[in-house]
Amino acid sequence: MHIPDGFVDAPVSIAAGVVAIGGVGLALKRASRELDDRTAPMAGLVAVYIFAVQMLNFPVAAGTSGHLLGGALAAILVGPATGILAVSVVLIVQALMFADGGLSALGLNIVNMAFVTVLVAWPVFRGLAKVLPRTKSAWMGASFVAGLLSVPAAALAFTAEYAIGGTGTFSVTSVLAAMVGTHVFIGVGEGIITALTVGAVLAARPDLVLGVRDLLPKPTLRPAAQGSSTGPAASPTPSPAEVEGGQP
Amino acid sequence: MSVRRSVWIVIGVGLTVSLLLAGVVSYYASSSPDGLNKVAEDLGFASDAKDSATSSSPLAGYEASGVEHDRLAVGLAGVAGVLLTAALAFGLFLWLGRRNRGATADEPTHTPVA
Repeated sequence: MHIPDGFVDAPVSIAAGVVAIGGVGLALKRASRELDDRTAPMAGLVAVYIFAVQMLNFPVAAGTSGHLLGGALAAILVGPATGILAVSVVLIVQALMFADGGLSALGLNIVNMAFVTVLVAWPVFRGLAKVLPRTKSAWMGASFVAGLLSVPAAALAFTAEYAIGGTGTFSVTSVLAAMVGTHVFIGVGEGIITALTVGAVLAARPDLVLGVRDLLPKPTLRPAAQGSSTGPAASPTPSPAEVEGGQP
Repeated sequence: MSVRRSVWIVIGVGLTVSLLLAGVVSYYASSSPDGLNKVAEDLGFASDAKDSATSSSPLAGYEASGVEHDRLAVGLAGVAGVLLTAALAFGLFLWLGRRNRGATADEPTHTPVA
C-alpha cells in the first residue's frame, strides 16, 4: 500500500508530512513509557521482522498481491507508541533506499501504515483481550481481528487522502469500493501473519508481548509460604494488647 | 538466567528468521501488483505514479543493482535491508530505552532467583 509520488497532490502530501512529523514526535515522547529492558530490543526486532515480511507479497484475488503492513503486530508486541516508531523506521528505510513509496508521499505512508493501523489495531486488541479468556488462543484470535481490521482502515485513509488531493479524476465511491474491497482480503493475510507471530512469541516468552503483559498471571515475588506461617506477627498494625503492654 | 539475556535469545532467533525471509524466501514472493497498484491500474490512475527520487538507489525495487543473478540480487537487497533496518531500529530503541532507564530507574530488571 506504499503510495508512490504523483498520486496525491503537494498540499495534501505536505499536510500529511506535517501530521507525520508531529505524530512521530509524540510517539517518541510516549514510547519512553513502553521501552524497558524487554521492549527496547524487541522493538528493534519488530522493525526488522516487519521489513523482512513486507518483502513477502502473498497472492490475493485476481492478479493482486498484498503484504503485511505490520502496525497491528508492532502495537501488540511493543505497544502503540513504540509500534508507530518501528513501522515508521521501516517506511523511511524503504522510501530512502528501496524506492518503495515516494519521498513526497512518505508522510502519507507513515500516516496510513504506521498511525492508522496502530490506532485501529491497538484498541481493538486491548478491548478483546480484556473481555476474552486469558488464553493463548484467545489472544491469537484478538491479534487476527486487530490485524484484519487495520488494513481496510489504512485503505480508507488512502481513499480520504485521494478524495481530497488525488491527481486523477475518479469518483470517490469507485476508489472507496475498490480499495476497501481489495484490502479486506489483504487484511485476512495480515490477520493470519499477526496471529501466528504473536502466537510464536506467546509460546516462547509471553511477557515479551506488551499487549498482554498486564493480563498474565503475576509471578509470586512475595514469599507466600513465609507470610502464611508467621501469621499475625506479619500484620502491619500491632495488636491492641502489644500497644497497651508497651505503655507505662 | 537473567531476563535480559533470555530476551536476547528470542532476538537472535527472530533476526535469523528475518534474514532467511528477506534473503531467501523473498525470491518466491508474488510479483502481482499490490492492492493499491492494482486498484490504480483498474481505475486508470496507475500512470500518474512518478519515479521516486531514490529510484537510482543501488537497492531500488528490492534488487541489488549490478547483480545479474536474479535470486542473488533479491536476496542481497533483502539482507541489506534487514541490516540497515536493524542498525537504525536497534540504535533508536536501545538509545530511547537507556534514556528512559536513566530517568525512571524504578523497575527491577531481574527476576529473583527462586
